Amino acid sequence: MTVGLFIPCYVNQFYPQAAIATLQLLRKVGVEVVYPSKQTCCGQPMANSGFEHLTQECNDLFLENFSKFDYIVAPSASCVLHVKQHLHSATDPAEADRVRSNVYELVEFLTDVLKVENLRARFPHKVGIHQSCHGLRGLYLAQMSELNALPFSKPVHLLNMVEGLELVTLDRPDECCGFGGTFCVAEEAVSVKMGKDRVTDHTKNGAEYITSVDLSCLMHLEGILHRNKSAIKAVHIAEILNSTL
Amino acid sequence: MEKGMKDHAALAEAFINDEERVDWHDGALWWIRQKRDIASKQIPEWEDLRETASRIKNNVLSNLHDYLLQFEANATLNGIKVHWAADAEEHNAIVYSILKDKDIKQMVKSKSMLTEECHLNEYLIERGVDVINSDLGEYIQQLDNEPPSHIVLPCIHKRKEEIGEIFHEHLGTEKGVSDPTTLTRFARRHLRDVFITRRAALTGVNFAVAETGEYVVCTNEGNADMGAHLSEVQIASMGIEKIIPKKAHLGVFLRLLARSATGQPITIYSSHFKKPREGQEMHLILVDLGRSRQLGRVDFRDSLKCIKCGACMNTCPVYRKSGGLSYHNTIAGPIGAILAPNLDMKKHADLPFASTLCGSCSNVCPVKINIHDQLYQWRQVIVREGYAANTKVLGMKAMAWTLSSPTSYSTLGKAGRWVLNNIPFAVNNKFNPWYKQRDMPDGPKESFDAWYAKNNSQDSEKD
Repeated sequence: MTVGLFIPCYVNQFYPQAAIATLQLLRKVGVEVVYPSKQTCCGQPMANSGFEHLTQECNDLFLENFSKFDYIVAPSASCVLHVKQHLHSATDPAEADRVRSNVYELVEFLTDVLKVENLRARFPHKVGIHQSCHGLRGLYLAQMSELNALPFSKPVHLLNMVEGLELVTLDRPDECCGFGGTFCVAEEAVSVKMGKDRVTDHTKNGAEYITSVDLSCLMHLEGILHRNKSAIKAVHIAEILNSTL
Repeated sequence: MEKGMKDHAALAEAFINDEERVDWHDGALWWIRQKRDIASKQIPEWEDLRETASRIKNNVLSNLHDYLLQFEANATLNGIKVHWAADAEEHNAIVYSILKDKDIKQMVKSKSMLTEECHLNEYLIERGVDVINSDLGEYIQQLDNEPPSHIVLPCIHKRKEEIGEIFHEHLGTEKGVSDPTTLTRFARRHLRDVFITRRAALTGVNFAVAETGEYVVCTNEGNADMGAHLSEVQIASMGIEKIIPKKAHLGVFLRLLARSATGQPITIYSSHFKKPREGQEMHLILVDLGRSRQLGRVDFRDSLKCIKCGACMNTCPVYRKSGGLSYHNTIAGPIGAILAPNLDMKKHADLPFASTLCGSCSNVCPVKINIHDQLYQWRQVIVREGYAANTKVLGMKAMAWTLSSPTSYSTLGKAGRWVLNNIPFAVNNKFNPWYKQRDMPDGPKESFDAWYAKNNSQDSEKD
């Protein structure tokens, strides 16, 4: 099994440490990982803004980079969901279909495909989980509070394997942070208010770190934390799961 | 957007300026969302009920024509006069002609978002007919000359002190009185006089049953019943999508409606109206107003399954933080944002973008409308039809060009990180909406690309 590592554009540029943690974590659990170096972006920023018709070249590039892999794994639920729902090919629809069904967000790959039960990681801190909406309701990484259904959480399942880590309970466990792609600038006032309220929920419940499967949410929350000189840090879940004993 | 008109982002920003109000608004609606969660989780078959309701509505939308004719035939047999209206103007003209025939100059109304969509009150007032909204929240909004901000809780954005002020100004209550019970009692006394004196009453319709030709009106205040029972002319206005095939289906919808709306097991009054009592005239107006056009839009037809419970508004974080009036449309929130562009795409081009696509709306929806997917689809249509701002079109084209080429992407990425590291003021300024209340991410020295190129061989050897 060879995994193609898909590192979304903004993670590549702004959060290399999360990408490195993802790569090292996958290798640690025994996976052969290859990073195709000609990748850029999944096309989501354009598509969510109504410009899906401009994404064909991104789609083609994605297929060119990732067609040959058994699995494609990325540390970003949002980008994975976009590929799952919208990757199309004019020339080879069957291949696009195959790639769409083989792309995984890191946490779901670890729990569903590799069925990891032991991580040998240590992170002795109080951590709040920010459920990314695309991870929660799009990829169904955890049970959403809207449904009358049994609770489960793939991120919690993994975080429970981390020594010393204490999860904090939030007042609104699955509320959106307000990032929303271009929404964060087009609707700046609403976006920031939503972000501030998410941060407050973590603060008042005693979190030292906010983690998530999506760096885009974390980038937004981190921007608010920094501005307000908060001591709370935002950290991608890969970095926690890859932390050393 | 029309020139001079404020869009959702600007109206929301104005609402958010009063942060204390936003927190209270957000909290009040979240409290209702939590009541809805508790109520829905007490019924083991909740998800099956949603699925059943969704399927009944799918059937309705696929056979709308037949069910409407069946309803018309049965309602007519029952003695109800059935009218058809293609648009708001026709609807309003029908109401006016019914009143004019009887020389009625005063009417009492129960809650009907459809008549709000039609701007019926303004139409009738211009023609010398006095109309009073009898739902308490709507009544307050009417006194304050503002449209409802929520389809179930019309004045949820107002604080009790503000309502006290409105009552003082319009109804002569003592200044400074803001106790809800006192104010409600005062309004009730006032509305009782209205009910007793009005010869005509108009109600909305929650469900109309094709099989029996009857319709059901749900209220918590009993105001629809008070108006209808005391009037000599009773008018009901309904959107054509409100039809359901059989009386047996009512149980499914009544169980879902109140629980989704407010967390109650059922609305206090779920009144069935079937035939006029002796000496009374009963009219029912079937209104299209864009419904059949929406039915013809494949990606958006499901929006007509809506039973107007408001659950999507209560759960929507954008709605909770921005207030219903920021949607500048009769139906606000996520469902409004997919109904509005059908009515006027240019005027409402901003609404499908007033969402983070978090998906909570689709999952609370009792009839399983894929609301957030439809918001995504509307964005594509609005851009395709040319309603996106030119600057946005250019920006997106530039972005698509950059991201289509690994070389240009990598060059630009490097440049971006260099700017963040070396001349942060180039991005940290008032022209950058991100920076206004948030810091930019730190620009790391190297991208993952660069790190991988340098370290990958060593990294592999280490493993």
